[in-house]
Amino acid sequence: MLRYALGRLTSLGLGLLAASVVIFTMLEVVPGDPASFMLGLNAQPDTVEALRSQLGLDAPAPQRYVTWMLGLFQGEFGTSYTYRVPVSELIYQRLWVSLPLALYALTLSTLIALPAGVWAASRRNSPADFSVMGFTQLGIAVPNFWFAMLLVLLFSITLRWFSAGGFPGWDQGVLKGLKALTLPAVALALPQASILTRVLRSALLDAMGEDYIRTARAKGLSSRQALWKHALRNAMIPVLTILGMQFSFLIAGAVIIENVFYLPGLGRLVFQGITQRDLIVVKSVSILLVLAVITVTFLVDLAYAWVDPRLRRR
Amino acid sequence: MKGLLKLMTASALLTLVWGGAHAAKRDITLGMQLEPPNLDPTGGAAAAIDEVVYANVMEGLTRFDANGGVQPALAESWEISGDGLNYTFKLRTGVKFHDGTPFDAEDVKFSLDRARAADSTNAQKALFAGISEVSVVNPGTVRVTLSKPNGGFLFNMAWGDAVIVAPESAANNATNPVGTGPFVFKQWVKGDRVEIERNASYWGAPVKLDRVTFKFISDPTAAFASMMAEDVDAFSVFPAPENLPQFEMDPRFQVIVGSTEGETILSTNNSRAPFSNLKVRQAIAHAIDRQAIIDGAMFGFGTPIGSHFAPHNPAYVDLTGRYAHDPAKAKQLLADAGYPNGFKASLKLPPPSYARRGGEIIAAQLRQVGIDLEISNVEWAQWIDQVFKRKDYDLTIVSHTEPMDIGIYARDEYYFQYVNPEFKSVMAELDAESDPGQRTALMQKAQRIISDDAVNGFLFQLAKTGVANAKIRGLWKNAPTQANDMTGVYWVD
Repeated sequence: MLRYALGRLTSLGLGLLAASVVIFTMLEVVPGDPASFMLGLNAQPDTVEALRSQLGLDAPAPQRYVTWMLGLFQGEFGTSYTYRVPVSELIYQRLWVSLPLALYALTLSTLIALPAGVWAASRRNSPADFSVMGFTQLGIAVPNFWFAMLLVLLFSITLRWFSAGGFPGWDQGVLKGLKALTLPAVALALPQASILTRVLRSALLDAMGEDYIRTARAKGLSSRQALWKHALRNAMIPVLTILGMQFSFLIAGAVIIENVFYLPGLGRLVFQGITQRDLIVVKSVSILLVLAVITVTFLVDLAYAWVDPRLRRR
Repeated sequence: MKGLLKLMTASALLTLVWGGAHAAKRDITLGMQLEPPNLDPTGGAAAAIDEVVYANVMEGLTRFDANGGVQPALAESWEISGDGLNYTFKLRTGVKFHDGTPFDAEDVKFSLDRARAADSTNAQKALFAGISEVSVVNPGTVRVTLSKPNGGFLFNMAWGDAVIVAPESAANNATNPVGTGPFVFKQWVKGDRVEIERNASYWGAPVKLDRVTFKFISDPTAAFASMMAEDVDAFSVFPAPENLPQFEMDPRFQVIVGSTEGETILSTNNSRAPFSNLKVRQAIAHAIDRQAIIDGAMFGFGTPIGSHFAPHNPAYVDLTGRYAHDPAKAKQLLADAGYPNGFKASLKLPPPSYARRGGEIIAAQLRQVGIDLEISNVEWAQWIDQVFKRKDYDLTIVSHTEPMDIGIYARDEYYFQYVNPEFKSVMAELDAESDPGQRTALMQKAQRIISDDAVNGFLFQLAKTGVANAKIRGLWKNAPTQANDMTGVYWVD
């Protein structure tokens, strides 16, 4: 088990290093100079040069890479070009929106998907199964930003139960914060729950066809007991994989939903950083997201070993 | 699920309770499409900076009023010497910065010297280029000496980039702006909002609002939803003109349409063949149907222009008839220039919808006379790098939003690559002239020269299309500078 974990950890570190090189190089070749962008059309050349040296952009690229990496090891991301505050502060503020939103959406989707998937699998080819499959098909087909707009139209504009977007801040109270995240979380959770339900259902049905289920049935378990006691645990591997991928997606990929609800999350920070050429923010958030994705993958790998004893022995 | 239902019911009840206590509102939430990168107007070009702090938090010696006129601000009055070189400003007394430090002539000297210093990062450093010395006469008086007369000096001092800052706080203005204005900066929740509050010890007339919240909503659909849900009280520039008719129909809202300083033009690289040929540029001018572009790209909002000058300016001359829409004549001119079968060129379009939508329409109009445009969409940072800095372009569409910026045609190295000694001498005369009548004549001459030369395709003046709650009064109709002056804004019952 230890060797397995160490092996995973090494590939995690290598992946991170490779990602840092790729991110840095890509942002080097991106056209557009942050200083000229900030100073606009009427700026004089000497003003742009003054700002470039103030931002530390006049140093050679390898030197800037090393400075950046050394800073990262000390948890120091540098100072945002445009906001002029430490990048770590920006990221920290945004994480307090993105992370709760991702967890909220993930909780919702798991709470919907687990019962729905088990229910559909245990009643294969019944009207219940068909309706679950129909709904999930719809859930996957509907783009989440469009679903988000429908939610806003109904709950914000017509019923006026929720505000159309924005985030008051946790200091205004946990309930207010959760309320502001509810519509975005529902919009994010719908497609995720649909995918998860379908994966769980088919994984369960596969497992139900295995020899050990037949043995369990032969020993006197009912179909439902066999499903709960034996099939469910074996069906968890694909479900965990999907859950891990979804969590990464929810942190990084909520950009569109964050735009629809104008939430101050990480996705919008990167998006804004790219258009404003705040490259240091883009760099730092990208590497952080890579770290998050790799860490989640690592945890999922460990979870595999937990549900599947065969992996532990390797 | 039950919890969620409870939450929904509770919030519905709360809305009802709040809805009852709507009268005598003293706070306002203003939507903005772009978040300012920082809050220091002396250290960045982004219009969003001024849209938060100008006239609200920060003030200069002079200021723009709602109609673009120059009014006294921190300078109570001024005297101009006979040769036009010395401006003596009498400053207001008893003025304090928000951090409590008193305002005096030393602050003025500090601010102006800082803006024109060698290591200055002021985006409009040219505004201060003519200053040769700033001297403190006494705490209440400051004298600015120019190296040559500049009829536009008081106008220049009204820009957001020329606000007066204090040496104690200037370095932190990017994140914590300290000014002398009627509102005090309260907090900035990055990515979401900036809040400012009434300054109880303001030197001038007290404002009628206790609190202003600027909320940043970039997506046009989200902006629409936020207005409809009444989360946001007003957008001084609403990002989607196509939604305006719907707001007009709704009695809860008012639509405020005015003019901006944004001359939207088809910028042309005058140094590149075939655009270096006057006949080709004239052909393009005749091929353009301005009204079709305004209708198609801006849903009818905008005023056609025939030169680089704002129609609401008293010195404006209507030159839209100089090159009327006439495809046949355009073809003839192209043939005369040696392009009977037209030619191919590129058109680079920055992100705003006036450019992206307008570009498609212009490409279709020019195709009718034989000019085949290859469109490429670029981001702002790319646009500044390729088009503006390296002049690597044929045609592009952009709105020049700085007030009174016809002077850019006198800059040889500017991205139009237009060189005309006659125009430059007119501009030099204008700089030296302070008689209003003479200035008007010179400005009109300047408009005619660039119109005759068809330097760029002059398209339309960008409209300011605002939406506000019907009970709000005092918002600016026009935008003589990019600002949200909240000093005169109030609610009626």
